Parts: sequence; C-alpha cells; structure tokens
Amino acid sequence: MDRVTTAPGGVRASARVLARGDGRGGTALPVLEGEGPLALRRTRGSGAEARVMLVGAMSGPLGGDHFTVDVQARSGARLRVGSAAATLALPGQDKAGARYDVRLTVDDGAELCWLPEQLISAGGSDLRLTTSVDLAAGARLLLREEQVLGRAGEEPGRLTSRLTVRIDGRCVLDQELGCGPGAPGGWDGPAGLAGHRAVGQVVVVRPEFADRPPAGCVYEEGAAVMPLAGPAALVSAVAPDGLRLRRLLDGALVSLD
Amino acid sequence: MSRAALLVLADGRFPAGGHAHSGGAEAAVRAGRITDAASLEAFCRGRLHTSGVVAACVAAAAALGVDPGELDRAADARTPSPALRVAARRLGRQLTRAARATWPSPELDAVAALFPKGAHQPVVLGLAARAAGLTALDAAYCSLYEGVSGPATAVVRLLGLDPFDATGVLARLADEVDRAAREAVETAERVVTDGAGVLPARSAPLLEIGAEAHAAWPVRLFAS
Repeated sequence: MDRVTTAPGGVRASARVLARGDGRGGTALPVLEGEGPLALRRTRGSGAEARVMLVGAMSGPLGGDHFTVDVQARSGARLRVGSAAATLALPGQDKAGARYDVRLTVDDGAELCWLPEQLISAGGSDLRLTTSVDLAAGARLLLREEQVLGRAGEEPGRLTSRLTVRIDGRCVLDQELGCGPGAPGGWDGPAGLAGHRAVGQVVVVRPEFADRPPAGCVYEEGAAVMPLAGPAALVSAVAPDGLRLRRLLDGALVSLD
Repeated sequence: MSRAALLVLADGRFPAGGHAHSGGAEAAVRAGRITDAASLEAFCRGRLHTSGVVAACVAAAAALGVDPGELDRAADARTPSPALRVAARRLGRQLTRAARATWPSPELDAVAALFPKGAHQPVVLGLAARAAGLTALDAAYCSLYEGVSGPATAVVRLLGLDPFDATGVLARLADEVDRAAREAVETAERVVTDGAGVLPARSAPLLEIGAEAHAAWPVRLFAS
C-alpha cells in the first residue's frame, strides 16, 4: 500500500504480472505485484496453466483515479487472468475522469486468457479504458471484455473504451466504443446500442487461423463471430443485460471450436 | 481548385455504385430499429459519429497524400465485419474505375494495381479528390455526406418514407457534418506527421453485427 498515492488527482495504482514457462511444462510467475485497489492472487491452476485473480481491494476507479495493469506472458507460459468481481466505475469528488489502462504482451509460444468480469459504468461516472494488446506471430490469446451501462435501472455514466490488438507489429483490430451522457451523438440509436445496456467482445487469436481462417456467423441476432484481417476473430455482442450478454458471447464462441 | 469538381464527386449519380448500398439501413429496418424519420435521424447520427468519422479521416488523409497501403490497413483494423470489408473494397474498386476515367492520375493507377480487389472506399475517395484538384476538407465532406445520404435514400425505398422527411433528416445533420469535416482534416494533418495510429477507431456495434446478419440473407434489396 505504501506506493499508492492519493494526491488530489485521485488514486494512482498499478499491477504487474510476468509469466514464463518454468521449463518443466508448467508456468512460473516471477512477477506478481499489485497495490492499493489492484491486488493480485495466484489461485489453483490446471495443468500447465497458471491462474491469477485480480481482486478489487478498494472501490473504483473513481473520478481522477488512474489504474494501470501490465501483463506479460513470455515463451512457454500459459496464463489465465480473471477478476474476483465486476469492476464498478463510480463518480469521484474530483471532476476529472478516471483512466484504466491495460497492457497485455504475449510472446511466441505463450498463451494468455484475459477474462475479467464485467465493467459497470455507474451513473455520473466518467471512465476512459484502454486495452492494448501486443502479440508475437506465434502467440495465442483469448480476451473478453464486457461493459454494463448503469447498475439496475440507472442511467449509465460516460464510458470510452478502446481496444487495440497488434499481431507481429501489425494492427488487426482497433475499436473504440463511446457511450453515456456526452458521448458522440447517436451512441444509443439504431446504429449504436439501440437501448441495449450490455455490450461486449471476445478476441481470439490463434496462429493456425493464418492457414485456416475461422468461419464467421451470426448467433441469435445479438452476436456475430467475425474473422479479422489477420489470424484472429472477434465475437461482438449486445444484450439487454450482463447475464444475457455472457450467454451470447459464450454461445457464439462455441462456433470457433 | 474547381468547385464544380466537388459537385461531380459528391453527386449521388456519380457512377461509383454507391446507390446499391444502404449503409446498414436495410438491416436496421428489418430489425425494426428504423421505423420513421426520427429513428432514421438517430441511425444516421450514430453512423456519422462512428464509422462516418473514421471514413472521413481516412479520406482526408489520403487526399493529403498519406500512403494508401497504410490507410487501407488502418481501415481493415477498424472494420471487424468481413461483410463490411468486402463492401468497402467493392465500392473502392468501382470508385477507382469511375475516378480514373474522370480524373486520370498516376496515383489512382497505382492504387488500382496495388489493390486488384479494390482498396477501402475512403482511401480511393481521398485519392479521387486529390486527382480532381480538391482539398482534404472536400474529401471529408464527400465521405461524411455520402455516409448519411446513402441510408436516408435507402430508407425512402425500404420503408416508403416520404422523401421530404428523409431530406429533412440530412438538413438537420448539416451542422454536425460541418464540425466532423473540420475535425477530420485536423486529424488527417496529424496522420501526416504521426502515422495512421492517430486515426479514430469509433465503432457502432449494431452496424457491425447487423452487417453480418444482412450478408447472410438469401434475398435483399441492397448489397450492404
């Protein structure tokens, strides 16, 4: 906790995970560091896979906070990162918005599953989330992000979420979603969310997609599996709430197996 | 620069195949999300501020002479729907053909040779504007206006919406188109110095999901 600053600007906190193959078919975690609101716990893994839980030890991010999470999977690592609960973006006393930056790096011969629980944008909050993923040509990724706009019956806060995925230096996906009060016009209209209050995506990167691209499909109206311009696929979905969103994403993902 | 050249390029009758595309309106009408002038306006506004702005920035950057290959890759990354990538390339190929015949230019010849299946339409639009002696602002305007007028005209055919109401929607969006065009040029100028990474990436989830559903229909009025 000693490195957490709570200056007038809000809380600055970061967490770092470094995973690598341990040379015996397992995954070692030489770096597992969190602070303040971002606590990390190693949980029981399965087989070669190491599992890490991100545990929210304080509420937030609140207005003015800036969280940073950096996860690196080096050669031979199989790492799965989840979170113990949903992340709730809340308004702060500070008028400034909050920032949450996630940076994921996966080397050749490594696999990362980044599967946090939902991000809930509470009324009056203002959060800018960036997720930046850099993969080597032989890396594997399963990434899920889900956003729920407002708690039950509540107007959403302002949320801007950008997801960028690069494979071997080449950007294959760059998407920004803006929603809530003050977002660019029409965000909740027939082209944007049309009243849906949960939106999410799953990115799957597998080197074998380069030779055998996955097939695209539409799943139950609200979700689509879309092969990207690279060895990757995106599952995109909108739903009335977080539960139905998860069902759509999980259901659509099955088509890739 | 010739103001008349801008009218030629922006004219919906310019033979570049745009009339065959609804810009996602057909899928939205079928899903019951566009039912009248008000919902058409909300659709067009959402499209304007997401894929519309991205396309306008790409077009303006191409008009400023940014490498078409770099812009085309950036457009791919910002278009997750394969159906929309195919549509954008088909439209790009048709525009390349029309623009080369109208305003012959070595740059248009080069993009035709580099992308036999077509480059993303906004890339070609920017190069066409350049070949016609137009500015980056002109290219941004053409792109933004086309991005909202396409759905508006399509909805007249799809819903039997009164054409006066559809045109009213376009007129009410004029100020937002003006602002977006100016911002697109500012962004495009930054692309010249900082590369395509500074292009916006704003997305509209239902446009992408709807485009995939639409592409699977056996019978449809519009190509996208």
